[in-house]
Amino acid sequence: MSPVPAPSDLPVELRTEALESILVEKGLVDPAVLDKFIKTYAEDVGPLNGAKVVAKAWTDPEYKARLLEDGTAAIAELGFKGPQGECIVVLENTPTRHHLVVCTLCSCYPWPVLGLPPGWYKDPAYRARAVREPRALLEEFGLSLGPEVEIKVFDSSSEVRYMVLPERPAGSEGLSEEELVPLVTREAMTGVAKARPPA
Amino acid sequence: MDGIHDMGGTQGWGALHFDPEEPAFTAPWEGRAFAMCLLSMNRLSGRNLDAMRHALERLRPLQYLENGYYGRWLLMSETLLTDSGVIAEGAVDARARKLRGEAVTEPPDPALSKPDYTPTGPGSLRAVDTPPRFKVGQQVRARNLHPKGHTRLPRYVRGQIGTVERIQPSALLPDTNAHFIAENPQHVYQVSFDSQTLWGEDVEPFVLHIDLFDDYLEAAS
Repeated sequence: MSPVPAPSDLPVELRTEALESILVEKGLVDPAVLDKFIKTYAEDVGPLNGAKVVAKAWTDPEYKARLLEDGTAAIAELGFKGPQGECIVVLENTPTRHHLVVCTLCSCYPWPVLGLPPGWYKDPAYRARAVREPRALLEEFGLSLGPEVEIKVFDSSSEVRYMVLPERPAGSEGLSEEELVPLVTREAMTGVAKARPPA
Repeated sequence: MDGIHDMGGTQGWGALHFDPEEPAFTAPWEGRAFAMCLLSMNRLSGRNLDAMRHALERLRPLQYLENGYYGRWLLMSETLLTDSGVIAEGAVDARARKLRGEAVTEPPDPALSKPDYTPTGPGSLRAVDTPPRFKVGQQVRARNLHPKGHTRLPRYVRGQIGTVERIQPSALLPDTNAHFIAENPQHVYQVSFDSQTLWGEDVEPFVLHIDLFDDYLEAAS
C-alpha cells in the first residue's frame, strides 16, 4: 500500500477538480458519467422508495409479512435493489419497541430504499452517541419515548443493511396507500422520528 | 485498526447537527468526489469495498474529520488510485497548484500495481459449507482483537459477552478481503449486548444489536 495523501492546505474543491482533471486526461473518466451518477443519487434514488415500501406494508398485511420475513426480496418486488442493498432486514416499531439504526465504523446505509445517508447520520456525534445514549440522542431529534418503550439499537457493521418500519400514525386509517407515502420520512425509516401525523 | 473511524461510544462530539432539509450534496464538489469514488473503487483501481473502507481508516485523524464525509471520500479515491499505481503520489496536489496558476512540475506516472485478485462472485455474500459454530440464544464473547489492518469488530464490544439473536447470510471476511489475502467467507451472527454490559450501571437501559463475523467470536456458554 502507498502512503495516504499528505496533509494539504489546498481547498477541497480545488483538489476535487484536480483529481477529475487527471482522470479525464488519462481517459479513465467521462465527466458525463459522473454527472449521471450524481443525478441518480441526488434525484432518483432516495427515501421516496422506502416510503412506498412502508405505505404498502401498512395497507397490505401479506406484503408486510413478506417484508419482515425477507426484506431484500419484498423490497425487490417494488423494483428497488442495487449497491448497498445486498441484504436488507426490516425492523418493525411497535408501541413498546423502538428500533434505531446507526453505523459506528463508517456510514453504512440502505441506499436502494433511503438513498445516500443524510448529514446527521454521518455526524460523529450520531455515530458515537447512538450506541451509548440513544434516548438522550433521540430527545435532540425531538422524539421522547416513555420508559415503557424498549429501545433496540442496530449497528450496521456487516453487509446487512437495516430499515425501520415505523408505526402507522393515528388518524391515517382512511388514507390510501398513495396518500400514506408522504407521511413516511427517511428519519422515521432510520428510527430517529415517528411517521408524520396526517394533515 | 484502532483508528478515528471507530467512533462508537466515544465522547466529546457535542450536540447533534440535525437539518432534515439538507440535500444529498451540499456543494457541487461533494457530488464529483462521490461519483469519482464509485468509479475509483473496482473499475479504476481494482480494489474492493473492504479496501475502500480501510483506505478511509488509514487517513490521519485530522484528515478524516476535515471537509467531512465527502472530503474523506476524495482522499479515499486518491489513496486507492495511488495504491494501484493509477496516479502518482502527490499528483493531485501538483495538479491543483497548476490549476490555480502555479508553476509546478507534475510527478511522472508510476507503474500500474493493481492487486492480482479476482472475486469469486459479485457482492459480499458467499455460501459457507460448514454449519454455523454458534446457535441462536447462545452466549458468545467478542474477542479482544486489535489487528493492524482492517476489521469490522468495533472496540466497544471487544471482550464483552452477548447473545446470538440471528444467523445472517454468510459473507466475505473484511479483515482478509480488504488486504487481498483471501475472501475467507464466514458465518455472520447478529449478537445482542445489554447496554449496562457495555457502558456500566449508570447508562440508559437499551439493547445493542451488531453483526459479527465468526472469527470475531468465541463461545461463552
